[in-house]
Amino acid sequence: MRKIRPNDPSWADVTPKADFLNRRQIMAGAGAMALGSIAGPSFASIDAKPSKFSTDAKPNTLKEITSYNNFYEFGWDKSDPAQYAGQLVTDPWSIEIDGMVDKPGSYPLDDILKPVTLEQRIYRFRCVEAWSMVVPWIGFELSSLLNRVGVQPSAKYVAFQTLYRPEQMPGQKQGGIDWPYVEGLRIDEAMNPLTILATGLYDEEMPNQNGAPIRLIVPWKYGFKSIKSIVKISLTDKQPPTTWNQLQPREYGFYANVNPKVDHPRWSQATERRVGAGLFAGRQETLMFNGYGDEVAQLYKGMDLAKYY
Amino acid sequence: MISATLSAPINTALRRVPSWAVYLAGLIPLAWVVWLTLTGGIGVDPVKAIEHRLGKIALWFLIGGLAITPARRFLGINLIKYRRAIGLLAFFYVALHLIAWVVLDMGMLWAQAAADLIKRPYLFFGITAFVLLIPLAVTSNNASIRKLGKNWRRIHMLVYPAVALGVIHYLWQMKVISSEGWLWLGVFIALMAIRFRSFRW
Repeated sequence: MRKIRPNDPSWADVTPKADFLNRRQIMAGAGAMALGSIAGPSFASIDAKPSKFSTDAKPNTLKEITSYNNFYEFGWDKSDPAQYAGQLVTDPWSIEIDGMVDKPGSYPLDDILKPVTLEQRIYRFRCVEAWSMVVPWIGFELSSLLNRVGVQPSAKYVAFQTLYRPEQMPGQKQGGIDWPYVEGLRIDEAMNPLTILATGLYDEEMPNQNGAPIRLIVPWKYGFKSIKSIVKISLTDKQPPTTWNQLQPREYGFYANVNPKVDHPRWSQATERRVGAGLFAGRQETLMFNGYGDEVAQLYKGMDLAKYY
Repeated sequence: MISATLSAPINTALRRVPSWAVYLAGLIPLAWVVWLTLTGGIGVDPVKAIEHRLGKIALWFLIGGLAITPARRFLGINLIKYRRAIGLLAFFYVALHLIAWVVLDMGMLWAQAAADLIKRPYLFFGITAFVLLIPLAVTSNNASIRKLGKNWRRIHMLVYPAVALGVIHYLWQMKVISSEGWLWLGVFIALMAIRFRSFRW
């Protein structure tokens, strides 16, 4: 029998990196011996430098992050992504960048990643469903990519699109949502240093169920804004459609900023439940902009956030 | 109606099953939830899982209770003597579901819970279903049946709006209504349709 879930998952609860590397090394070594070669094992481990934008809150465990999330392309249930995302092929991968940019084109992922410095960004993550986690992402600032492709002055918004591949994403065979999933940001939101494209979790490559190989993270907005498995980025002068806003505009606005004062019509956003905090941990208060107000509040100066939710 | 050659032996076998056995069997789903919770098998978000599982189990019993009359009318299978057990088990699981919401999910933030109950239609439907079930549970004993006479039947008609509200509550809390959601709605509508049609026969 396994012990009851720990009340406070800490770094100590995570399988030490050395342990599973060691296991891989043993397996790789066994494989190498079987082949009669002396090829050394290769690791997918990512070295990322720490960031001043990281919270010092305790991250959730890798298991929590990878087995409890929404990725409707793989099914409605929070356990579906982990169960069905294994069949998704993420290599080769390229992102089409078009619209109001100087250098449009289809960019292989390797080319996108070659010049960037990966950082570890430990961010609070707040789902619109009123639960939250703390996630150690690995990624780079979206602005660096946009600057490389040359955003034209006329561009006001960035539109994103997720992969559409129903043969590998069984959820896309179901109705309910107009596939492919689309999202968007205003250009100043996209250029904010908090906004990253993430390619990893802890020090591993991004698991398929969390949006491999590359996804958006906008930590002051509800999780659904952080579009996964991106295949297309378009610069435009018009506010792009976003999947949840199209589906249910009363419940999900374009901005999707974490705001304890603007309720979802079906539930309050005043508080949140931290996943992994334990059976009787109760709820904690939700912070305006998920606690990132110092960095982003000025983006919305003068806007009625009850109207632009 | 299925042939009496099939239903008769089923009914004969059923006569040997005392209703306390139904109460006992009805606790198995609860034991399963407790077991999963204690062993960590309930998933990474035990609070939601416990709450949702209890609600779903309540729905099984509510729908099960509604199926008893059609089962007798159309299949000739007589489960009437277990209807009280099934109804009380349904109420028990609805109450546990509510307790799980208040204690585990809301963390006993009573003010927020109360405000949500009034403001959120799906929560309002859920709590209304629970309130409608209270008089049914309270009068599910022989003394009440004797005392209330014809009124007992009338009171117990509340089960229809209660289950309807429960089903709406279940569908409304989903971001996108799943096929399972539509399935339960379909079963409920089918049970209602055959029941109210049969009144005219």
